Amino acid sequence: MRVLIRGAGVAGLTAARALVARGAEVDVSEHASGFAGAASWYAGGMLAPWCERESAEEAVLIRGTGAADWWEAALPAGSVHRNGTLVVAPPRDSAELRRFASRTSGFRWIGAEEIEALEPALAGRFREALFFPEEAHLDPRLALSTLRQGLEAQGVVFSGVMDEGRFDLTVDCTGAAGIGEIKGLRGVRGEMLYLHTGEVTLSRPVRLLHPRIPLYIVPRGGGLFMCGATMIESDDAGPITARSLMELLNAAYALHPSFAEARLVETGTGVRPAFADNLPRVIRRENTIAVNGLYRHGFLLSPALAEEVAALAFDDRLYESPLPNPSPPGGGAKQPLRSSATFRLASDEKAHGEAK
Amino acid sequence: MPQFYGTEIRSRLLLGTARYPSPAVLAEAVRRSGTDIVTVSLRRETAGGRQGGAFFELIRELGVRVLPNTAGCHSVSEAVLTAKMAREVFATDWIKLEVIGHHDTLQPDVFGLVEAARILTGEGFEVFPYTTDDLVVAERLLEAGCKVLMPWCAPIGSAMGPQNPVALRAMRAAFPDVPLIVDAGIGRPSHAATVMELGYDAVLLNTAVAGAADPAAMAEAFANAIEAGHLASGAGMLEPRDMAVPSTPVIGKAVFS
Repeated sequence: MRVLIRGAGVAGLTAARALVARGAEVDVSEHASGFAGAASWYAGGMLAPWCERESAEEAVLIRGTGAADWWEAALPAGSVHRNGTLVVAPPRDSAELRRFASRTSGFRWIGAEEIEALEPALAGRFREALFFPEEAHLDPRLALSTLRQGLEAQGVVFSGVMDEGRFDLTVDCTGAAGIGEIKGLRGVRGEMLYLHTGEVTLSRPVRLLHPRIPLYIVPRGGGLFMCGATMIESDDAGPITARSLMELLNAAYALHPSFAEARLVETGTGVRPAFADNLPRVIRRENTIAVNGLYRHGFLLSPALAEEVAALAFDDRLYESPLPNPSPPGGGAKQPLRSSATFRLASDEKAHGEAK
Repeated sequence: MPQFYGTEIRSRLLLGTARYPSPAVLAEAVRRSGTDIVTVSLRRETAGGRQGGAFFELIRELGVRVLPNTAGCHSVSEAVLTAKMAREVFATDWIKLEVIGHHDTLQPDVFGLVEAARILTGEGFEVFPYTTDDLVVAERLLEAGCKVLMPWCAPIGSAMGPQNPVALRAMRAAFPDVPLIVDAGIGRPSHAATVMELGYDAVLLNTAVAGAADPAAMAEAFANAIEAGHLASGAGMLEPRDMAVPSTPVIGKAVFS
């Protein structure tokens, strides 16, 4: 089977790997600007399904728990750091910590002593924290580049122009470029920045809860830290605003005052593609499968979606008998077989995305 | 039902649209709350973007009246500019006016608020000012042309509930004919019921619903509490007293002790 994948972000590359693994002959058409146009280039790279459950649907937890294993198998040893997530809050926002705890699972409360043992840099700064030991993180840019190199080594061709007629199947992974094309797809702007400092050392992602400006800091090693990310209902990919920059830096400073002397080495903006329920969709139309709406869960959910795409491509039975599908409210009509988005939500059938 | 600037409303609950887990959850919360007015924050950059704001499209599809707000504005000029942009985006003269005086407490800057209200009413806006429970400020806002007032009952997002019921009662008594909406500080349905019992016309909520584990269920709970409080305010509640009062007559009963 000859498959064309459109888009070389995290959705496209993971799909390519899953399809190649099943013996497909895969080519990838990519945007001229390469990774810079992909939301995943600006991602945090946290494989944190338990933390995400704070605001995400249960499906994100269920489909995301296997992500760390998938990435570990796909990347060189040591690329996936499986040492958990730390969630802290300033003393006056301790109510936020309790709220976060009430919405999530897979953590334990830890006190000052254990916080210091896990992250010596934070000694004495927080009296209590939530520790999610099963969570992992990776460097998204390293992961994307490595995955791409591996695929090229296996004969996958990356190019700006492709003759689409040559392929049996097209997998559309163009993300936010589909806004306006795919019904219900919208953009959620995320601004982030990179700080460099030798004065703070962290070994795992730290989330700082704040009622207005929640922030995470992910260590990239070598004194580099990724801080993110804003969530703004807009598909504007323009540079970070002064307000967002100020809020992110304030939050970083609140986590550790030494970040005040860090160098601001990069700011960036990505537009996350999302559907109304913030859950992704796999949509099949004729000879095209579209994967979109990964929202803020690109690295977390793309492995599960990639395997789903590969299964769809190689096993028609999967979409001739879709997963148990609750009837939409007010009618018993079944979903058309060919648009079987298996990532659906029981509570919101009507927002089920379909291509235009 | 009260009228806001000549428009009769169908629900005494006004719902904010910020910080829900997803637009789908927001839509469900709006539906179950029975509200017919939602507030929408219009940060300047949100109005940009290729599609003219897919989120705003989702809001319009809810089929309820939109009360745009100037949340996050810290100066008069910023608030006025945001109000004008909101009028373009949502084609309404209604504006919930916030001029924030302090970034940490989010307390309104009442001086800037009065000034911005005067400018906006002069330009034909129908202003819903987010204010404190200060009576003199309230008078100034009415002089500036506001016909609805929205006092806080506690700081925004604090979930503390009515901190100064005496001031809220005084405000109700001072302005019996002005629609009064409690905006900000409500944490749970009992808080909403309490301010409605004081005779307020409506309650505006956001975080208490958006931040709940089940926002849609919480929206419905608030709608019920608001209706209960409103009904009670007109039904003549008992005043508390120090002694027990038997609910059955005791005259004629033998007393042995």
